[in-house]
Amino acid sequence: MPDSGTPSSSSLAFRVNGRAVELDAPASALLLDVLRDRLGLKGAKRSCDVQVCGACTVLVDGAPVSACTYLAVEVDGREVSTVEGLADGDHLDPLQEAFIARGAVQCGFCTAGMLMAATALLAEDPAPTPERVIHYLRGNLCRCTGYRKVIEAIVACGRAGRGRQ
Amino acid sequence: MLLPPFTLHRPASLTEVADLLAEHRGETALYAGGTELLLLMKEKLLRVKSLIDVKRVPGLDEITAEDGSVVIGATARHRTMERSPVLRAACPMVAAVAQHVANVRVRNVGTVGGNLAFADPHSDLATLFLALDGTVRLWRRGGERDVPLGEFVRGPYETARAEDEILIAVRLRAWPAGTVATYLKFGMYERPTLGVALAVTLDASRREVIGARIAVGCVGPRPQRFPHVERLACGHAVTDLLADAERLAGGVADAVQPVDDLHGSAEYKRDMTRVFARRALEVVAARATGQESHARFRYTVIV
Repeated sequence: MPDSGTPSSSSLAFRVNGRAVELDAPASALLLDVLRDRLGLKGAKRSCDVQVCGACTVLVDGAPVSACTYLAVEVDGREVSTVEGLADGDHLDPLQEAFIARGAVQCGFCTAGMLMAATALLAEDPAPTPERVIHYLRGNLCRCTGYRKVIEAIVACGRAGRGRQ
Repeated sequence: MLLPPFTLHRPASLTEVADLLAEHRGETALYAGGTELLLLMKEKLLRVKSLIDVKRVPGLDEITAEDGSVVIGATARHRTMERSPVLRAACPMVAAVAQHVANVRVRNVGTVGGNLAFADPHSDLATLFLALDGTVRLWRRGGERDVPLGEFVRGPYETARAEDEILIAVRLRAWPAGTVATYLKFGMYERPTLGVALAVTLDASRREVIGARIAVGCVGPRPQRFPHVERLACGHAVTDLLADAERLAGGVADAVQPVDDLHGSAEYKRDMTRVFARRALEVVAARATGQESHARFRYTVIV
């Protein structure tokens, strides 16, 4: 039997950074708005809004997506990871430590997206080469200064055997 | 930017998709990854009352080998193509090009069927599939048909798909033995400015070119093949391809039908087509003689 559609809103149950969440959202709700406005998670940023810049990068079941152009209904039953989930209380994630140690941050607007893309990369490839980092982060743009320190930080984090599980 | 409100249907079979398409004719759109569709809806360039999500149709995302061909299901994502052992074995070039489509977020979500059905002129896959003699399988209740890619893509955002048809797969013939190929894409923007796919089939001695396919995309309303240049290339000793590269590349550039757009003028694109057709010949000639090409070109991905 064809379903009757989701005209007003549907109830979604998913996990965000390990925490179970239930909420109602219309079919047209974008994941980015649900994260920022309903759940108060402001790490993912709306910037280009067309999946080019990467400032809104979050992970769905470990895979990076552009939350700005991704329907919230798609995460029903799945696990969403945002930058807010990287640190454990006051203990920063080693990747965040590596960004700080290398000064891989300037204004910080792109940083949450960079960190999430790099988290996904390190899960796939625990010790990526600089070339692999450049390929994987091609869609994460920094408009302050450049990418050298970001690349160095991610490579160093991999070399340090971080190998995020 | 917010999306206008709509109803989301999530059917679990092709017949249900067909029923919904009929019921909401003219007011609905098929939805898979949404990487193109949702952008249009945000900009209010496309107004629909509902979307029909085809991702829950079982099997539509599979990549399978079939009678010397490989069949890529419409909802297979770019990342699925990158990783598919079937595709890597039958058409390694396709799996390799998939790694360079847009960015990793788009590849995680965007689908092959969506890419082709949307028919953005700046598409890597349409150009590559044209070079591979790809066919698109369209299904409607009571029948299906295979349409060659060159007929399927009619122009910018325009395809041969009828309103009641569903793009369910693309079928590619596996490379003949002895085929050497490259895909070059050039551009400074998210979408490619120019894509050139070149495949050359060598005889058993690996000296003579017995088959050639060349396709150019992104510069005009639809990707193009160049049969007269392909014929010209046949019969050459592979070592002579380079000596004749100017003439072959010139044949492509003379026949290409570029248009002005934000990526550049038609004149510029014709010149770049000549340059990149020659570069593709250089890469293939090197690979055909057993050397990996060490060519590097600015703003260019060499697959």
